[in-house]
Amino acid sequence: MHDQPSVSELVQAVKNFIEQSAAPNLTGHAAFHARVASNVLATVLRDLEQRPQSESAERARLLDLLGGSADQSMKALNEALSARIESGEMTPETPGLLSHLKATTIAQVEIDQPRYSGLETAKT
Amino acid sequence: MGSKSDFETDLKSLFTRVFGDGHTLETFKRLSGGASQETWALAGSGKSTILRRAPGGTSAARSSAAIGLQAEAKLIQAAAQAGVPVPDVFHVLDDRDGIGDGFLMSHVLGETIARPILRNDEFQSARAVLAAQCGSALSSIHSIPTDGLPPELEHSDGLSQIARYEDIYRAFNAPRPVFELTLQSLKANAPAPGPSVLVHGDFRLGNLMVDEDGLAAVLDWELAHLGDPREDIAWLCVNSWRFGQSQNRVGGFGQLEDLLSSYNQQTGSAITAAEIDWWEMLGSLKWGIMCMIMYEAFRSGADASVERAAIGRRVSETEIDLINLLEAAHA
Repeated sequence: MHDQPSVSELVQAVKNFIEQSAAPNLTGHAAFHARVASNVLATVLRDLEQRPQSESAERARLLDLLGGSADQSMKALNEALSARIESGEMTPETPGLLSHLKATTIAQVEIDQPRYSGLETAKT
Repeated sequence: MGSKSDFETDLKSLFTRVFGDGHTLETFKRLSGGASQETWALAGSGKSTILRRAPGGTSAARSSAAIGLQAEAKLIQAAAQAGVPVPDVFHVLDDRDGIGDGFLMSHVLGETIARPILRNDEFQSARAVLAAQCGSALSSIHSIPTDGLPPELEHSDGLSQIARYEDIYRAFNAPRPVFELTLQSLKANAPAPGPSVLVHGDFRLGNLMVDEDGLAAVLDWELAHLGDPREDIAWLCVNSWRFGQSQNRVGGFGQLEDLLSSYNQQTGSAITAAEIDWWEMLGSLKWGIMCMIMYEAFRSGADASVERAAIGRRVSETEIDLINLLEAAHA
């Protein structure tokens, strides 16, 4: 299939339209929503770029922690992890648990809100 | 409710009834983007006032935790008597007013938006005293005798809040292991219950009117309840309410020691910074689940706005805050 323009290029084009053409003509609540929309598209671009690698690293860590077969969905793996935490089998003292959750959450916030103050705290 | 022009007619007659013959409403403007209650600025004939009323005038409970505007008016009046800086509530709407539930209060001047309060030069001296002033205001709120308060106030302590938010979280069936670990860690380390006092419930920038001298008024009492005094102190410390100024634990503007020193001196209690940690973790968890609730309005189709969709990608902000708190608690 063709990818010229690619999905990222198309999203970037819509983001340009919102920022350069639409937003300057909007006021009040609509202007606010235009800013939110532009930020959402920035998140989409980061997600497209970063998710494959971040999710594959998360999957490798989950399989390390939990064992089991490699063909489980991410949701199934995270459900299994949650179940072990809920049952008390895994706690903050469980080797590797907090470091896995931290790495996963850092990768998530890098996509969702890379300028959030708590991200900088976590990385230092 | 009636049409927009009916609303205008009702506002005009309300204005004249409250301020007396010869006082005519000239301008009225919707102020808040607040999703919960409507706030209007009314002015005319040299008088100005703020109308706070239920959206569209209807008083249906907006969330299980909100107390309603009649009770909110009574609370603000009780707070004024206790010396808490609040607007003067001088008229509670009744059937004759015809515009639903709400009340009129004095127009307190100042700034509620966090960004200018935390960054602009004009608030520099305010920032230096704000933490101590918040400690003093909270101590006055927490000292209000609870036996005369509106019966709508429910009792809600730390463990009952964990139970409530855990139910909501589980109903979404969207596993977030960080929230799961937080829930279990909070339950395993729950402190002994504190005294049951009047808790404001949403004491943070956005709900505080600040002027160049500091705290001018405590606003938005709709989440008030009876509970643990440490909840209010810790909510102000939640990193989401530091608005980027993480180094200042109190609201992005001050240090917890300054708040506690003023609070403890006035109340005669001995709350320590370490005690606030558990409640701050609970606060971050609550805000994260509140963001999930707001996103759910989009997912369910109830609210198609981009804002409701986008807030689902802010849940991870609270997850990283919780990771930082869990690391500190289990270092």
